[in-house]
Amino acid sequence: MDNQFIETLFLTLKLAVITTVILLIIGVPVAYFLSYRDFKLKPVIDTVVSLPLVLPPTVLGFYFILFFSPDSFFGKILDEMFGLKVIFTFEGLVLGSVIYSLPFMVHPLQSGFQSINRNIIEASYTLGKGKIETLFKVLIPNMKHSLLTGIVLTFAHTIGEFGVVLMIGGSIPGETKVASIAIYEEVEALNYDKANMYALFLFAITFIILLFVYTLNRKFIRAQNL
Amino acid sequence: MKIKIKKILKGKKGNFSLDINISTKDNTVITIFGKSGSGKTTLLRAIAGLLQPDKGYIEVDGKVWFDSSKNINLPPQKRKVGFVFQDYALFPNMTVEENIAFGMEKKDTSFLEYLLELVSLEELRDRKPHTLSGGQKQRVALARALARKPDILLLDEPLSALDYETRKGLQDELLKIHREFGLTTVIVSHDFSEVFRLSEFVFVIDKGKVIKKGKPEEIFIQERISGKVKFSGTVLSIEEDETVFIVSVLIGNNVVKVIADPEEVEGLKKGDNVIVATKAFSPFILKV
Repeated sequence: MDNQFIETLFLTLKLAVITTVILLIIGVPVAYFLSYRDFKLKPVIDTVVSLPLVLPPTVLGFYFILFFSPDSFFGKILDEMFGLKVIFTFEGLVLGSVIYSLPFMVHPLQSGFQSINRNIIEASYTLGKGKIETLFKVLIPNMKHSLLTGIVLTFAHTIGEFGVVLMIGGSIPGETKVASIAIYEEVEALNYDKANMYALFLFAITFIILLFVYTLNRKFIRAQNL
Repeated sequence: MKIKIKKILKGKKGNFSLDINISTKDNTVITIFGKSGSGKTTLLRAIAGLLQPDKGYIEVDGKVWFDSSKNINLPPQKRKVGFVFQDYALFPNMTVEENIAFGMEKKDTSFLEYLLELVSLEELRDRKPHTLSGGQKQRVALARALARKPDILLLDEPLSALDYETRKGLQDELLKIHREFGLTTVIVSHDFSEVFRLSEFVFVIDKGKVIKKGKPEEIFIQERISGKVKFSGTVLSIEEDETVFIVSVLIGNNVVKVIADPEEVEGLKKGDNVIVATKAFSPFILKV
Protein backbone atom coordinates (compact mmCIF):
# COMPACT_ATOMS: atom_id res chain seq x y z
CA MET A 1 0.00 0.00 0.00
CA ASP A 2 1.45 3.29 -1.03
CA ASN A 3 0.96 6.69 0.48
CA GLN A 4 -1.33 7.91 -2.20
CA PHE A 5 -3.71 5.04 -1.63
CA ILE A 6 -3.92 5.78 2.09
CA GLU A 7 -4.23 9.50 1.42
CA THR A 8 -7.13 8.97 -0.97
CA LEU A 9 -8.97 6.66 1.40
CA PHE A 10 -8.44 9.04 4.28
CA LEU A 11 -9.79 11.92 2.20
CA THR A 12 -12.82 9.87 1.18
CA LEU A 13 -13.67 9.05 4.81
CA LYS A 14 -12.95 12.60 5.96
CA LEU A 15 -15.35 13.98 3.36
CA ALA A 16 -18.05 11.50 4.36
CA VAL A 17 -17.68 12.19 8.09
CA ILE A 18 -17.71 15.97 7.74
CA THR A 19 -20.65 15.89 5.33
CA THR A 20 -22.63 13.62 7.65
CA VAL A 21 -22.00 15.80 10.71
CA ILE A 22 -22.99 18.98 8.87
CA LEU A 23 -26.08 17.34 7.43
CA LEU A 24 -27.09 16.05 10.84
CA ILE A 25 -26.97 19.59 12.19
CA ILE A 26 -28.89 21.00 9.21
CA GLY A 27 -31.15 17.99 8.66
CA VAL A 28 -32.81 17.87 12.09
CA PRO A 29 -34.25 21.41 11.96
CA VAL A 30 -35.15 21.15 8.25
CA ALA A 31 -36.97 17.84 8.75
CA TYR A 32 -38.66 19.13 11.91
CA PHE A 33 -39.86 22.20 10.05
CA LEU A 34 -41.12 20.23 7.06
CA SER A 35 -42.87 17.69 9.31
CA TYR A 36 -44.76 20.03 11.59
CA ARG A 37 -45.38 23.16 9.61
CA ASP A 38 -47.73 23.63 6.76
CA PHE A 39 -47.42 26.66 4.54
CA LYS A 40 -48.06 27.61 0.95
CA LEU A 41 -44.51 27.26 -0.27
CA LYS A 42 -43.94 23.90 1.42
CA PRO A 43 -44.15 21.91 -1.85
CA VAL A 44 -41.38 24.12 -3.23
CA ILE A 45 -39.10 23.42 -0.27
CA ASP A 46 -39.94 19.70 -0.48
CA THR A 47 -39.02 19.76 -4.15
CA VAL A 48 -35.73 21.54 -3.57
CA VAL A 49 -34.76 19.05 -0.86
CA SER A 50 -35.62 16.09 -3.08
CA LEU A 51 -34.10 17.44 -6.28
CA PRO A 52 -30.66 15.83 -5.80
CA LEU A 53 -32.38 12.44 -5.82
CA VAL A 54 -33.38 12.73 -9.45
CA LEU A 55 -31.05 15.32 -10.92
CA PRO A 56 -27.95 13.95 -12.64
CA PRO A 57 -24.96 14.82 -10.42
CA THR A 58 -23.33 16.52 -13.38
CA VAL A 59 -26.18 19.04 -13.56
CA LEU A 60 -25.61 19.91 -9.93
CA GLY A 61 -21.87 20.11 -10.51
CA PHE A 62 -22.32 22.28 -13.56
CA TYR A 63 -24.46 24.88 -11.77
CA PHE A 64 -22.09 24.72 -8.87
CA ILE A 65 -19.24 25.75 -11.14
CA LEU A 66 -21.35 28.51 -12.69
CA PHE A 67 -22.31 29.94 -9.33
CA PHE A 68 -19.09 29.58 -7.45
CA SER A 69 -16.31 29.96 -9.99
CA PRO A 70 -13.81 32.64 -8.89
CA ASP A 71 -15.11 35.20 -11.36
CA SER A 72 -18.78 34.70 -10.56
CA PHE A 73 -20.70 36.92 -8.16
CA PHE A 74 -20.95 34.37 -5.32
CA GLY A 75 -17.45 33.10 -5.91
CA LYS A 76 -16.06 36.60 -5.52
CA ILE A 77 -18.04 37.29 -2.36
CA LEU A 78 -16.95 34.04 -0.73
CA ASP A 79 -13.35 34.64 -1.70
CA GLU A 80 -13.22 38.27 -0.61
CA MET A 81 -15.18 37.93 2.61
CA PHE A 82 -14.05 34.57 3.91
CA GLY A 83 -11.07 33.76 1.74
CA LEU A 84 -13.02 30.69 0.73
CA LYS A 85 -12.44 29.15 -2.65
CA VAL A 86 -14.97 26.57 -3.61
CA ILE A 87 -13.95 25.23 -6.98
CA PHE A 88 -11.21 22.58 -6.93
CA THR A 89 -10.95 22.65 -3.14
CA PHE A 90 -11.91 20.28 -0.32
CA GLU A 91 -14.27 22.91 1.13
CA GLY A 92 -16.06 22.96 -2.21
CA LEU A 93 -16.41 19.19 -2.10
CA VAL A 94 -17.98 19.39 1.34
CA LEU A 95 -20.45 22.05 0.19
CA GLY A 96 -21.35 20.03 -2.91
CA SER A 97 -21.75 16.81 -0.93
CA VAL A 98 -23.97 18.51 1.65
CA ILE A 99 -26.34 19.63 -1.09
CA TYR A 100 -26.12 16.36 -2.96
CA SER A 101 -26.81 14.18 0.09
CA LEU A 102 -29.43 16.45 1.69
CA PRO A 103 -32.46 14.25 0.87
CA PHE A 104 -30.72 11.18 2.25
CA MET A 105 -30.64 12.82 5.66
CA VAL A 106 -33.87 14.82 5.56
CA HIS A 107 -36.24 12.14 4.26
CA PRO A 108 -35.59 9.49 6.96
CA LEU A 109 -35.74 12.16 9.66
CA GLN A 110 -38.97 13.50 8.23
CA SER A 111 -40.61 10.10 8.30
CA GLY A 112 -39.26 9.63 11.82
CA PHE A 113 -40.87 12.85 13.02
CA GLN A 114 -44.12 11.98 11.31
CA SER A 115 -44.25 8.54 12.90
CA ILE A 116 -44.25 10.00 16.40
CA ASN A 117 -47.59 10.12 18.19
CA ARG A 118 -48.64 13.78 18.37
CA ASN A 119 -49.99 13.21 21.86
CA ILE A 120 -46.58 12.54 23.37
CA ILE A 121 -45.38 15.89 22.02
CA GLU A 122 -48.39 17.62 23.53
CA ALA A 123 -47.94 15.66 26.75
CA SER A 124 -44.43 17.05 26.98
CA TYR A 125 -45.76 20.60 26.46
CA THR A 126 -48.40 20.17 29.16
CA LEU A 127 -45.63 18.98 31.48
CA GLY A 128 -43.99 22.36 31.05
CA LYS A 129 -41.29 21.44 28.56
CA GLY A 130 -40.50 23.74 25.66
CA LYS A 131 -39.99 22.80 22.03
CA ILE A 132 -36.23 22.38 22.21
CA GLU A 133 -36.32 20.21 25.33
CA THR A 134 -39.13 18.16 23.79
CA LEU A 135 -37.09 17.72 20.61
CA PHE A 136 -34.03 16.38 22.41
CA LYS A 137 -35.64 14.42 25.23
CA VAL A 138 -38.82 13.10 23.64
CA LEU A 139 -38.66 13.23 19.84
CA ILE A 140 -35.10 12.26 19.00
CA PRO A 141 -34.83 9.37 21.51
CA ASN A 142 -37.99 7.91 19.99
CA MET A 143 -36.77 8.05 16.41
CA LYS A 144 -33.30 6.53 16.80
CA HIS A 145 -34.12 4.20 13.96
CA SER A 146 -34.70 7.09 11.55
CA LEU A 147 -31.72 8.99 12.85
CA LEU A 148 -29.46 6.03 12.26
CA THR A 149 -30.89 5.46 8.79
CA GLY A 150 -30.28 9.11 7.91
CA ILE A 151 -26.70 9.08 9.19
CA VAL A 152 -25.77 5.89 7.42
CA LEU A 153 -27.42 6.67 4.11
CA THR A 154 -25.73 10.06 4.05
CA PHE A 155 -22.37 8.59 4.91
CA ALA A 156 -22.60 5.78 2.36
CA HIS A 157 -24.00 8.04 -0.32
CA THR A 158 -21.19 10.56 0.14
CA ILE A 159 -18.60 7.83 -0.16
CA GLY A 160 -20.26 6.67 -3.34
CA GLU A 161 -20.64 10.00 -5.10
CA PHE A 162 -18.79 10.56 -8.32
CA GLY A 163 -20.21 13.13 -10.71
CA VAL A 164 -20.44 16.03 -8.31
CA VAL A 165 -16.97 15.58 -6.84
CA LEU A 166 -15.44 15.17 -10.26
CA MET A 167 -16.97 18.41 -11.56
CA ILE A 168 -16.40 20.49 -8.46
CA GLY A 169 -13.17 19.04 -7.22
CA GLY A 170 -11.37 17.83 -10.26
CA SER A 171 -8.97 15.23 -9.05
CA ILE A 172 -6.25 16.81 -7.01
CA PRO A 173 -4.42 14.17 -4.96
CA GLY A 174 -4.73 14.79 -1.23
CA GLU A 175 -7.18 17.64 -1.80
CA THR A 176 -10.13 16.49 -3.88
CA LYS A 177 -9.28 13.05 -5.19
CA VAL A 178 -11.61 10.59 -3.51
CA ALA A 179 -11.74 6.81 -3.95
CA SER A 180 -14.54 6.69 -6.53
CA ILE A 181 -12.58 9.02 -8.81
CA ALA A 182 -9.33 7.17 -8.18
CA ILE A 183 -10.96 3.99 -9.48
CA TYR A 184 -11.95 5.68 -12.69
CA GLU A 185 -8.49 7.07 -13.22
CA GLU A 186 -6.70 3.80 -12.46
CA VAL A 187 -8.95 1.97 -14.92
CA GLU A 188 -8.25 4.57 -17.57
CA ALA A 189 -4.54 4.07 -16.96
CA LEU A 190 -5.12 0.29 -17.12
CA ASN A 191 -3.93 -0.17 -13.52
CA TYR A 192 -6.53 -2.82 -12.76
CA ASP A 193 -4.83 -4.01 -9.56
CA LYS A 194 -4.93 -0.60 -8.00
CA ALA A 195 -8.49 0.04 -9.15
CA ASN A 196 -9.40 -3.25 -7.58
CA MET A 197 -7.94 -2.20 -4.24
CA TYR A 198 -10.05 0.94 -4.16
CA ALA A 199 -13.12 -0.89 -5.38
CA LEU A 200 -12.73 -3.63 -2.81
CA PHE A 201 -12.37 -1.06 -0.08
CA LEU A 202 -15.53 0.80 -1.12
CA PHE A 203 -17.40 -2.46 -1.49
CA ALA A 204 -16.34 -3.71 1.94
CA ILE A 205 -17.00 -0.51 3.81
CA THR A 206 -20.46 0.07 2.34
CA PHE A 207 -21.39 -3.58 2.90
CA ILE A 208 -20.32 -3.44 6.54
CA ILE A 209 -22.12 -0.17 7.17
CA LEU A 210 -25.40 -1.35 5.68
CA LEU A 211 -25.18 -4.68 7.47
CA PHE A 212 -24.63 -2.84 10.73
CA VAL A 213 -27.70 -0.66 10.16
CA TYR A 214 -30.01 -3.49 9.25
CA THR A 215 -28.86 -5.51 12.24
CA LEU A 216 -29.41 -2.59 14.57
CA ASN A 217 -32.76 -1.73 13.02
CA ARG A 218 -33.90 -5.27 13.56
CA LYS A 219 -33.02 -4.83 17.23
CA PHE A 220 -34.91 -1.53 17.48
CA ILE A 221 -37.95 -3.01 15.82
CA ARG A 222 -37.91 -6.07 18.06
CA ALA A 223 -37.54 -3.87 21.13
CA GLN A 224 -40.55 -1.88 19.97
CA ASN A 225 -42.69 -4.94 19.42
CA LEU A 226 -41.93 -6.59 22.74
CA MET B 1 -62.63 27.91 37.30
CA LYS B 2 -64.36 29.99 34.66
CA ILE B 3 -64.47 29.03 31.02
CA LYS B 4 -66.26 30.88 28.30
CA ILE B 5 -65.02 30.05 24.84
CA LYS B 6 -66.08 30.06 21.24
CA LYS B 7 -64.48 28.24 18.36
CA ILE B 8 -65.57 27.12 14.93
CA LEU B 9 -64.92 23.41 14.62
CA LYS B 10 -64.62 21.46 11.43
CA GLY B 11 -66.46 18.22 12.07
CA LYS B 12 -67.03 15.25 9.83
CA LYS B 13 -70.63 16.29 9.37
CA GLY B 14 -69.80 19.89 8.52
CA ASN B 15 -68.74 22.78 10.66
CA PHE B 16 -70.27 23.63 13.98
CA SER B 17 -69.38 26.11 16.62
CA LEU B 18 -68.16 25.21 20.05
CA ASP B 19 -69.77 27.70 22.40
CA ILE B 20 -69.18 26.74 26.00
CA ASN B 21 -69.77 28.59 29.20
CA ILE B 22 -68.81 26.69 32.32
CA SER B 23 -67.93 27.84 35.76
CA THR B 24 -67.40 25.82 38.88
CA LYS B 25 -66.01 26.14 42.36
CA ASP B 26 -62.36 25.23 42.71
CA ASN B 27 -61.45 21.77 44.00
CA THR B 28 -64.51 20.04 42.60
CA VAL B 29 -64.72 17.21 40.10
CA ILE B 30 -66.83 17.90 37.08
CA THR B 31 -67.67 15.73 34.12
CA ILE B 32 -68.12 16.84 30.56
CA PHE B 33 -70.53 14.30 29.20
CA GLY B 34 -71.38 13.85 25.57
CA LYS B 35 -71.18 11.77 22.44
CA SER B 36 -67.98 11.56 20.46
CA GLY B 37 -67.62 14.50 18.12
CA SER B 38 -69.55 16.80 20.46
CA GLY B 39 -66.52 18.92 21.23
CA LYS B 40 -65.53 17.44 24.60
CA THR B 41 -61.88 16.81 23.84
CA THR B 42 -61.59 20.16 22.06
CA LEU B 43 -62.71 21.84 25.26
CA LEU B 44 -60.03 20.04 27.30
CA ARG B 45 -57.37 20.90 24.74
CA ALA B 46 -58.43 24.54 24.86
CA ILE B 47 -58.09 24.58 28.66
CA ALA B 48 -54.61 23.05 28.38
CA GLY B 49 -53.59 25.58 25.75
CA LEU B 50 -53.01 22.98 23.03
CA LEU B 51 -55.56 24.71 20.88
CA GLN B 52 -56.59 28.32 20.72
CA PRO B 53 -60.26 29.31 20.90
CA ASP B 54 -61.44 32.00 18.48
CA LYS B 55 -62.51 34.11 21.42
CA GLY B 56 -63.31 33.84 25.07
CA TYR B 57 -61.90 33.61 28.54
CA ILE B 58 -60.29 30.87 30.64
CA GLU B 59 -59.50 31.32 34.30
CA VAL B 60 -58.18 28.57 36.55
CA ASP B 61 -57.43 28.87 40.24
CA GLY B 62 -57.73 32.65 40.08
CA LYS B 63 -55.24 32.96 37.21
CA VAL B 64 -56.21 34.09 33.72
CA TRP B 65 -54.85 31.70 31.11
CA PHE B 66 -56.68 33.00 28.11
CA ASP B 67 -58.50 36.24 27.42
CA SER B 68 -59.04 37.15 23.81
CA SER B 69 -60.17 40.68 24.68
CA LYS B 70 -56.81 41.38 26.35
CA ASN B 71 -54.74 39.24 24.02
CA ILE B 72 -53.69 36.92 26.82
CA ASN B 73 -52.91 33.40 25.71
CA LEU B 74 -50.49 31.48 27.89
CA PRO B 75 -48.69 28.63 26.11
CA PRO B 76 -49.33 25.12 27.49
CA GLN B 77 -45.97 25.20 29.27
CA LYS B 78 -47.09 28.14 31.41
CA ARG B 79 -50.45 26.62 32.36
CA LYS B 80 -50.21 24.29 35.30
CA VAL B 81 -52.30 21.45 34.00
CA GLY B 82 -52.11 17.74 34.54
CA PHE B 83 -53.39 16.29 31.30
CA VAL B 84 -54.16 12.61 31.02
CA PHE B 85 -54.54 11.64 27.39
CA GLN B 86 -56.97 9.03 26.16
CA ASP B 87 -54.12 6.91 24.79
CA TYR B 88 -51.99 7.78 27.87
CA ALA B 89 -49.22 9.30 25.68
CA LEU B 90 -46.41 7.86 27.78
CA PHE B 91 -42.88 8.44 26.53
CA PRO B 92 -41.79 5.09 25.04
CA ASN B 93 -38.09 5.80 25.61
CA MET B 94 -38.43 6.34 29.35
CA THR B 95 -39.10 3.98 32.24
CA VAL B 96 -42.10 4.39 34.52
CA GLU B 97 -39.99 6.36 36.96
CA GLU B 98 -38.45 8.56 34.25
CA ASN B 99 -41.87 9.25 32.76
CA ILE B 100 -43.10 10.54 36.10
CA ALA B 101 -39.91 12.45 36.90
CA PHE B 102 -40.07 14.16 33.50
CA GLY B 103 -43.15 16.03 34.70
CA MET B 104 -41.35 17.56 37.66
CA GLU B 105 -39.98 21.06 37.52
CA LYS B 106 -36.99 20.03 39.53
CA LYS B 107 -35.88 16.71 40.89
CA ASP B 108 -37.79 15.77 44.01
CA THR B 109 -37.03 12.22 45.06
CA SER B 110 -39.39 12.09 47.98
CA PHE B 111 -42.34 13.35 45.91
CA LEU B 112 -41.44 10.83 43.21
CA GLU B 113 -41.51 8.01 45.77
CA TYR B 114 -44.78 9.31 47.10
CA LEU B 115 -46.34 9.33 43.62
CA LEU B 116 -45.06 5.83 42.83
CA GLU B 117 -46.60 4.59 46.04
CA LEU B 118 -49.85 6.48 45.49
CA VAL B 119 -50.50 4.66 42.24
CA SER B 120 -48.85 1.41 43.43
CA LEU B 121 -46.12 1.35 40.82
CA GLU B 122 -43.04 0.94 43.01
CA GLU B 123 -42.31 -2.50 41.66
CA LEU B 124 -42.73 -1.48 38.04
CA ARG B 125 -40.59 1.63 38.30
CA ASP B 126 -37.89 0.38 35.91
CA ARG B 127 -40.24 -0.98 33.28
CA LYS B 128 -40.76 0.64 29.89
CA PRO B 129 -44.34 1.59 28.95
CA HIS B 130 -44.70 -1.07 26.25
CA THR B 131 -44.40 -3.81 28.87
CA LEU B 132 -47.32 -2.49 30.94
CA SER B 133 -51.00 -3.32 30.84
CA GLY B 134 -53.61 -0.67 30.03
CA GLY B 135 -54.47 -0.06 33.66
CA GLN B 136 -50.83 0.24 34.64
CA LYS B 137 -50.19 2.69 31.81
CA GLN B 138 -53.12 4.73 32.97
CA ARG B 139 -51.68 4.90 36.49
CA VAL B 140 -48.32 6.07 35.14
CA ALA B 141 -50.12 8.74 33.12
CA LEU B 142 -51.97 9.88 36.24
CA ALA B 143 -48.84 10.02 38.38
CA ARG B 144 -47.01 11.90 35.61
CA ALA B 145 -49.84 14.43 35.37
CA LEU B 146 -49.65 15.00 39.14
CA ALA B 147 -45.86 15.30 39.13
CA ARG B 148 -46.02 18.90 38.02
CA LYS B 149 -48.25 19.79 40.99
CA PRO B 150 -50.89 21.16 38.65
CA ASP B 151 -53.71 23.59 39.44
CA ILE B 152 -56.14 21.48 37.45
CA LEU B 153 -56.36 17.87 36.38
CA LEU B 154 -57.78 17.16 32.92
CA LEU B 155 -58.76 13.60 32.09
CA ASP B 156 -59.74 12.72 28.54
CA GLU B 157 -61.90 9.57 28.57
CA PRO B 158 -59.53 8.21 31.19
CA LEU B 159 -60.98 4.76 31.57
CA SER B 160 -62.72 4.08 28.29
CA ALA B 161 -60.16 1.61 26.95
CA LEU B 162 -60.08 -0.54 30.08
CA ASP B 163 -62.06 -3.56 31.19
CA TYR B 164 -64.65 -3.37 33.91
CA GLU B 165 -62.52 -4.55 36.86
CA THR B 166 -59.59 -2.28 36.04
CA ARG B 167 -61.98 0.58 35.55
CA LYS B 168 -63.48 0.14 38.98
CA GLY B 169 -60.03 -0.03 40.56
CA LEU B 170 -58.94 3.12 38.80
CA GLN B 171 -62.10 4.97 39.74
CA ASP B 172 -61.18 4.29 43.38
CA GLU B 173 -57.68 5.48 42.64
CA LEU B 174 -59.00 8.70 41.12
CA LEU B 175 -61.19 9.31 44.15
CA LYS B 176 -58.21 8.72 46.40
CA ILE B 177 -56.15 11.18 44.39
CA HIS B 178 -58.90 13.73 44.61
CA ARG B 179 -59.12 13.33 48.39
CA GLU B 180 -55.36 13.66 48.67
CA PHE B 181 -54.79 16.66 46.38
CA GLY B 182 -58.21 18.32 46.28
CA LEU B 183 -57.57 19.33 42.70
CA THR B 184 -60.10 20.87 40.39
CA THR B 185 -60.69 17.99 38.01
CA VAL B 186 -62.36 17.92 34.62
CA ILE B 187 -63.24 14.50 33.28
CA VAL B 188 -64.43 13.93 29.76
CA SER B 189 -66.57 10.85 29.60
CA HIS B 190 -69.45 9.10 28.00
CA ASP B 191 -69.83 6.45 30.68
CA PHE B 192 -72.72 6.80 33.12
CA SER B 193 -71.15 4.84 35.96
CA GLU B 194 -67.99 6.94 35.77
CA VAL B 195 -70.00 10.13 35.98
CA PHE B 196 -71.97 8.88 38.97
CA ARG B 197 -69.03 7.58 40.91
CA LEU B 198 -66.54 10.34 40.26
CA SER B 199 -68.12 13.69 39.72
CA GLU B 200 -70.06 16.19 41.69
CA PHE B 201 -71.32 18.12 38.72
CA VAL B 202 -72.07 17.24 35.11
CA PHE B 203 -72.21 19.33 31.98
CA VAL B 204 -73.85 17.55 29.11
CA ILE B 205 -72.68 18.88 25.79
CA ASP B 206 -73.97 18.23 22.34
CA LYS B 207 -72.82 19.78 19.08
CA GLY B 208 -70.58 22.19 20.94
CA LYS B 209 -73.20 23.54 23.36
CA VAL B 210 -73.98 22.79 26.99
CA ILE B 211 -77.49 21.40 26.85
CA LYS B 212 -77.88 20.38 30.50
CA LYS B 213 -76.00 20.87 33.72
CA GLY B 214 -76.47 19.72 37.27
CA LYS B 215 -75.65 17.03 39.77
CA PRO B 216 -75.39 13.57 38.17
CA GLU B 217 -78.57 12.31 39.80
CA GLU B 218 -80.50 15.38 38.66
CA ILE B 219 -79.32 14.97 35.11
CA PHE B 220 -79.68 11.28 34.62
CA ILE B 221 -82.63 10.43 36.80
CA GLN B 222 -85.46 12.64 35.76
CA GLU B 223 -88.11 11.07 37.90
CA ARG B 224 -87.79 10.99 41.64
CA ILE B 225 -86.83 7.64 43.03
CA SER B 226 -89.91 5.81 44.20
CA GLY B 227 -89.32 2.14 44.44
CA LYS B 228 -88.81 2.25 40.73
CA VAL B 229 -85.62 0.74 39.45
CA LYS B 230 -84.04 1.45 36.14
CA PHE B 231 -80.81 0.61 34.45
CA SER B 232 -79.34 1.54 31.16
CA GLY B 233 -77.78 -1.11 28.99
CA THR B 234 -77.12 -2.38 25.52
CA VAL B 235 -79.18 -4.91 23.60
CA LEU B 236 -77.15 -8.05 22.89
CA SER B 237 -79.77 -10.19 21.21
CA ILE B 238 -83.47 -10.46 20.57
CA GLU B 239 -84.92 -13.95 20.33
CA GLU B 240 -88.47 -14.92 19.50
CA ASP B 241 -90.01 -17.49 21.81
CA GLU B 242 -93.51 -18.47 20.71
CA THR B 243 -95.60 -15.36 21.42
CA VAL B 244 -93.07 -13.30 23.30
CA PHE B 245 -89.54 -12.05 22.72
CA ILE B 246 -86.56 -12.53 24.98
CA VAL B 247 -84.22 -9.57 24.90
CA SER B 248 -80.75 -9.99 26.37
CA VAL B 249 -79.43 -6.70 27.70
CA LEU B 250 -75.91 -6.02 28.90
CA ILE B 251 -76.11 -3.89 32.05
CA GLY B 252 -72.73 -3.07 33.47
CA ASN B 253 -71.07 -6.42 33.60
CA ASN B 254 -74.20 -8.55 33.70
CA VAL B 255 -76.47 -9.91 31.04
CA VAL B 256 -80.13 -9.58 31.95
CA LYS B 257 -82.86 -11.35 30.03
CA VAL B 258 -86.07 -9.39 29.73
CA ILE B 259 -89.35 -10.69 28.36
CA ALA B 260 -90.95 -8.27 25.96
CA ASP B 261 -94.05 -8.28 23.83
CA PRO B 262 -93.92 -7.76 20.08
CA GLU B 263 -94.81 -4.05 20.26
CA GLU B 264 -91.95 -3.36 22.64
CA VAL B 265 -89.48 -5.10 20.39
CA GLU B 266 -90.59 -3.25 17.31
CA GLY B 267 -87.80 -1.01 16.07
CA LEU B 268 -85.36 -2.46 18.56
CA LYS B 269 -82.16 -3.96 17.25
CA LYS B 270 -78.89 -5.41 18.46
CA GLY B 271 -76.56 -2.73 19.84
CA ASP B 272 -79.32 -0.27 20.77
CA ASN B 273 -78.98 1.51 24.09
CA VAL B 274 -82.03 0.90 26.20
CA ILE B 275 -83.36 1.50 29.69
CA VAL B 276 -84.62 -1.48 31.62
CA ALA B 277 -87.13 -0.26 34.18
CA THR B 278 -89.57 -1.90 36.50
CA LYS B 279 -92.48 -0.50 38.42
CA ALA B 280 -94.42 -1.73 41.42
CA PHE B 281 -91.96 -3.90 43.15
CA SER B 282 -89.67 -3.42 46.10
CA PRO B 283 -86.02 -3.81 45.33
CA PHE B 284 -83.73 -5.00 48.08
CA ILE B 285 -80.08 -4.39 48.60
CA LEU B 286 -77.50 -7.05 49.36
CA LYS B 287 -73.98 -6.17 50.40
CA VAL B 288 -71.44 -7.94 48.19
